[in-house]
Amino acid sequence: MPTMSTPSELSTLIFGRLTLDQLPLHVPIVLGTFAAVAIGGIALLGAITYYRLWGYLWREWFTSIDHKKIGIMYIVLGLVMMLRGFADALMMRAQQAISFGHSLGYLPPEHYNQIFTAHGVIMIFFVAMPLITGIMNFVMPLQIGARDVAFPFLNNFSFWMTVSGAVLVMLSLFVGEFARTGWLAYPPLSDIVASPDAGVDYYIWALQIAGVGTLLSGINLLTTIIKMRAPGMTLMRMPIFTWTALCTNVLIVAAFPVLTAALALLALDRYVGTNFFTTILGGNAMMYVNLIWIWGHPEVYILILPCFGIYSEVTSTFCRKRLFGYASMVYATVVITVLSYLVWLHHFFTMGSGASVNSFFGITTMIISIPTGAKIFNWLFTMYRGRIKFEVPMLWTIGFMVTFVIGGMTGVLLAVPPADFSLHNSLFLIAHFHNVIIGGVVFGLFAGINYWFPKAFGFRLDPFWGKCSFWLWLVGFWVAFTPLYQLGLMGVTRRLSHFENPSLQVWFVIAAFGAFLILLGIVSMLIQFWVSFRRREALRDVTGDPWDGRTLEWSTSSPPPPYNFAFTPLIHGQEAWWEMKRHGYRRPVTGFVPLHMPKNTGAGIILAGLSLVFGFAMIWYMWPLAAISFVALLATAIGHTFNYQRDYNLPADEVARVEAARTALLDSHG
Amino acid sequence: MSTHDEMHPDHGDEHGDIEEVHATLKGYLTGFVLAAGLTIIPFWLVMGGVFTKSGPADAFILLLAAVQIVVHAIYFLHMNTKSEGGWNLLALIFTLVLVVITLSGSVWIMFHLNDNMMPMTLQQARNLP
Repeated sequence: MPTMSTPSELSTLIFGRLTLDQLPLHVPIVLGTFAAVAIGGIALLGAITYYRLWGYLWREWFTSIDHKKIGIMYIVLGLVMMLRGFADALMMRAQQAISFGHSLGYLPPEHYNQIFTAHGVIMIFFVAMPLITGIMNFVMPLQIGARDVAFPFLNNFSFWMTVSGAVLVMLSLFVGEFARTGWLAYPPLSDIVASPDAGVDYYIWALQIAGVGTLLSGINLLTTIIKMRAPGMTLMRMPIFTWTALCTNVLIVAAFPVLTAALALLALDRYVGTNFFTTILGGNAMMYVNLIWIWGHPEVYILILPCFGIYSEVTSTFCRKRLFGYASMVYATVVITVLSYLVWLHHFFTMGSGASVNSFFGITTMIISIPTGAKIFNWLFTMYRGRIKFEVPMLWTIGFMVTFVIGGMTGVLLAVPPADFSLHNSLFLIAHFHNVIIGGVVFGLFAGINYWFPKAFGFRLDPFWGKCSFWLWLVGFWVAFTPLYQLGLMGVTRRLSHFENPSLQVWFVIAAFGAFLILLGIVSMLIQFWVSFRRREALRDVTGDPWDGRTLEWSTSSPPPPYNFAFTPLIHGQEAWWEMKRHGYRRPVTGFVPLHMPKNTGAGIILAGLSLVFGFAMIWYMWPLAAISFVALLATAIGHTFNYQRDYNLPADEVARVEAARTALLDSHG
Repeated sequence: MSTHDEMHPDHGDEHGDIEEVHATLKGYLTGFVLAAGLTIIPFWLVMGGVFTKSGPADAFILLLAAVQIVVHAIYFLHMNTKSEGGWNLLALIFTLVLVVITLSGSVWIMFHLNDNMMPMTLQQARNLP
């Protein structure tokens, strides 16, 4: 800090290493972003205050332990963070399109490095994970005929911990800087010698805090599926989405502790001078790479498996056929779950293992494409001779099948160790994993959002803008990433902010144009939400079953009542709701009983808020604040265990009133 | 076709469906004595200098640690083959499979990586075969 006087001892004690220098007053891009965020934020807060929504939001949403509302909040978080992550992507594409020869582009390297790190971290941890968890949270309890998840309070707490992690990442934009290490923060680059600033600490604490939420929500959803299925719903009668949710949560529970441990060891190296990942005193940085990918490979299956479930539900609904090969789908999912633990070395073939290790992991990687391929055939055979309705969710599904198969093939190509030696760390790899993550995970999430939106809000999404969004995304994806495959084969490596060879520029300009098309796709989706909200009366779903669905969630009203099911359904087969409809099911209209329900609590948001303060204090070495917030955190957690008013009985009259309203609605629409 | 059963008062409740665990004072005391013993023995082995070589001592202490895990699982976590309808056993087997894969895989990989790494210090360079 050359221009500032040395901070006094008192200010160091209170503020740690945080000084005014850490505010990005000298970086115009960040300052502009900050101004925009501040104005937008003040406008939003002002609007909430003006319309007196704080009480409503606090009572009905923030403190809610209703799995449906928590699921929706997760999805809102994921979509908001997607805008940030995509802004990072656009900035990278723009920089790479213009930064050739004498032109250095508009982003200095240290800023560019933060952007690609933030892009990866945000897109995986704060976009894909919240969206996946949100859809599982909303849909799965409805699909198994449960009233809520196994631990309703934990669910709320998990959500707010994820929010705290996201807030920390966003804070790093305006206070200090984010990591410049790439999204997995490999040492020795991420150790205290090479990265002495707060960036990596933001990374560590954001992921650790959000990781608590992810792990707890994994335990919660896993317990829910195992313990709370409606009577008669044996494992082999569960909907495929619930099966994939089961396997994903098993993966979360088994894999995330490894990430937590690896990051904790890295934190010890940075904070107290241990030598786990240094090159001296017996440390070994390669162990970090090994550990992080023991988590990292299952993580990609954590993301894709529920999307496979979404595609299965969508395909059988919109082809009006039962899913082809239900049992093989289940076994494929389980096999992928186990195999996903046997392939992690393919992320570092080039780090120096011998031929035997590389061949073993190359072969396991190729084997994992077999169950995945079986799933593709199951969907194709479900479509075969089906009466396909090309609604928006089905379009996303077909777009997925075409895109994902190509991404999968480039994956098998990368699984060949000799090929990987020339493609590793190149733009070919970047194109491959965007090919499977966008083509697999993102398309699946959008299919799911379009499919279950009427269930969540009581009206369908506008199909015209949905189709615009789909085509712009699909075409935009291919325009953006085909050039990267080409560049990767030509040997261009990833994470570069400047190029000397002018012949490469045309490819980057095409890729930037593709990113622009994807931007239009995202804008179309936002317009879709707005237009659908304006036209909600015309798009209203009064039946609760707008797509003629097959699984239990479509038997409830849209949106479902807080208690989901007035009576727990009895399950007699695989497609519970389809069979109920075929056997002339009649909604019960009398004989309601009081329902035992969990009660809202503000403890989750308070605990997560204290965790946020603790994380921030640890990042900036504000030790007194860290100690105070940690003690407060423990005290609140212990205090909450003495809260015995956690449940209430919903009176039978209230259930009868809600159900009578639905009966009247159904009757009025024939 | 009857599509509904009677109300499950515990359904959707975080306290519901907890199976009765057969926790007895005798069980906890047995577990405590075994766990304490299995902790004291390794200390005694090292501090009393019972083994002359460190290799067998390490192996024996690791063995005791493994027994310690089993003691905890049986006496404190009340694991058996039938608890929770067999789910606990299934989860245990799955965990063991993953732990074995992770540990043996890491040892194998790290051995290779270390073996193939360039010498990092002068001393390592001198000791090259």
